[in-house]
Amino acid sequence: MSGEPMTSTPRPRIAGLPPGLTRRPDEHMVAGVCAGVARWLGVDPLVVRLAAVIMALANGVGIAVYLLAWVLLPEGDDVADGGDGRGGGDGGAGGGGAASGTTAVGPPAPISGQRSAELALAVACITVGVVLLVRWTVPFFPDRLVWPAVIAAVGVGLVLSRGGESDRARWRDAVGRLPGNPVESLRGGWWLWLRIAVGAVLLVAGIGTFLATYEAFSAVGQVGIAALATALGVAVVFGPWIVRLVRQLGDERRERIRSEERADMAAHLHDSVLQTLALIQRHAESPRSARSLARRQERELRAWLYDDRRRAEAGGRPATLATALDRMADEVEGDHGGVDVDVVVVGDCPLDPGVDAMVNAMREAVVNAAKHSGAPEVSVYAEVAGGRVEAFVRDRGRGFDPATVDGDRQGIARSIVWRMARHGGRAHVQSAPGEGTEVTLEIACRPGEEP
Amino acid sequence: MTAAPGQALRVFLVDDHRLFLSGVRAELAGRTDVAIEIAGEAVDVESAVEGIRRTAPDVVLLDVHLPGGGGRAVIESVRLQHPRVVFLALSVSDAAEDVIAVIRAGARGYVTKTISSDDLAAAIARVHDGDAVFSPRLAGFVLDAFAGELPAGASLDPDLDQITPREREVLRLLARGYTYKEIARRLEVSIKTVETHVSSVLRKLQLSSRHELTRWATDRRLI
Repeated sequence: MSGEPMTSTPRPRIAGLPPGLTRRPDEHMVAGVCAGVARWLGVDPLVVRLAAVIMALANGVGIAVYLLAWVLLPEGDDVADGGDGRGGGDGGAGGGGAASGTTAVGPPAPISGQRSAELALAVACITVGVVLLVRWTVPFFPDRLVWPAVIAAVGVGLVLSRGGESDRARWRDAVGRLPGNPVESLRGGWWLWLRIAVGAVLLVAGIGTFLATYEAFSAVGQVGIAALATALGVAVVFGPWIVRLVRQLGDERRERIRSEERADMAAHLHDSVLQTLALIQRHAESPRSARSLARRQERELRAWLYDDRRRAEAGGRPATLATALDRMADEVEGDHGGVDVDVVVVGDCPLDPGVDAMVNAMREAVVNAAKHSGAPEVSVYAEVAGGRVEAFVRDRGRGFDPATVDGDRQGIARSIVWRMARHGGRAHVQSAPGEGTEVTLEIACRPGEEP
Repeated sequence: MTAAPGQALRVFLVDDHRLFLSGVRAELAGRTDVAIEIAGEAVDVESAVEGIRRTAPDVVLLDVHLPGGGGRAVIESVRLQHPRVVFLALSVSDAAEDVIAVIRAGARGYVTKTISSDDLAAAIARVHDGDAVFSPRLAGFVLDAFAGELPAGASLDPDLDQITPREREVLRLLARGYTYKEIARRLEVSIKTVETHVSSVLRKLQLSSRHELTRWATDRRLI
């Protein structure tokens, strides 16, 4: 029809067609339309084929519909059949959806007896309705339109109320969370029936009016009204279903975003936390290294969860005193296992060469404490006020007597003082054996913008 | 408010991590320096409020993040009927807004979960005696929040909205990692005087209407 050969490539889905409603060339008698419709409805293909034959006898309507379906319906394929929005390819049968998802030439998905009978009745009603409609409208007896309308309405209603119980439960869930949702009425009850009734009446009235004016084409206005009524009817009957479809797509997208976030989180936890936990188990006999591993991981995870400063830095903002001290503490803790470096910063300022020199001097002081003091904890405090930075590095370790200390430690103390002096700052090391050590540093800084 | 001699301090634990609960329980029970008895435990706001009302403990050790509204909700629902129950916040979170929120709700102190069990026991005894417990980080937050002069013409209570130079000095030493005892020695005052200064700062922190305080805490997600 469209010139497209019957290849295995599925035809692109046509907007507006219910997902899952496909042609099944693999189970065909003619082109697989009846088999596809039957699978979608969840009835025996024989029922649909009978209906098609009966409709074909009614002035050829069935043939026209069949040809139209042949053109419009895509060929069945895995993806199309897997769609959740299908009218009921699984017909409520567990696993039916997966079974019908394959293009294998298998029997249609099994359906419970009662459900099947109900569906067959629905198809029969529609068929009889259409036949009666066509037969009686050609000679045109308006009174008789009532019966086809009623029967068609019953059929449409049965078809629409056919959704599996699990489907409906899911919808109730999704809908319940959104107050004032138009799909609310889909929960069933008289609203659904009223909608279907109104829709069917409009539909029939529309078609009826069209056919009534068929022989008098001059009445273009009436044709317009008829078309409008038909469209309204279709909208009312199928509107909720389309809304449902759109909503379900939205739900799926939200779910996908959520699962991507979850995957991100899982990846991070796997790379960092799980690895660390594994390392800690292997270092269980050495409390010192287990402790340092845990501490390091804690810092890292905390930064990942809470720290906007670090994110700001990663985002290209220039480093500040606070970020530099955080990083310094991280690095020293990493290099010297078993020591905790507690950093408290009040205020902040940009990292100019003087402040940078101070951070390096502080690093020396912290490393010194980590290596020599024997204290498990080093406190770092920096305060920016009045154009000056004051900083303190303190441990409660064994301390030393500045007068008698050996070369190495004395050298470090001197190097700190010298480094600060070169940038116009000051440093002072205070220590006594058994009293711990405190290094005090001070330097001028440019006033920083408040974060 | 000090417990009668020989009578154990009754502590109620609130934390949604059961593993952490059992760890703290094991650390606190059977201490020789501070006699502590675990009055009860809870894992969420509802059960915590119910349990605290039922057992009327001396001190509640309270996690900041809890299912059902957080530690702040627990303090707010219990404090009016049980003014004698004191709260010590204990959390992994160092985020400024968490710290400030729970202190302003009425907690007498804030320590992080990495605190050693000796320090934790001492902190419990201290808040029970009516004093405040500030971690170095909390001291840093307060210094930051109370930094700068009050804006001219601000209709604020200078008594509540500013800290005195002496209080600032104490806070700075706390932030530098000094203990109360070390601060007292350095400033050549009694430990009681240091405690008085810290309690005064706590009161200001809880009652000050200084609007920067709230804005500061939310603006600034320090770690």
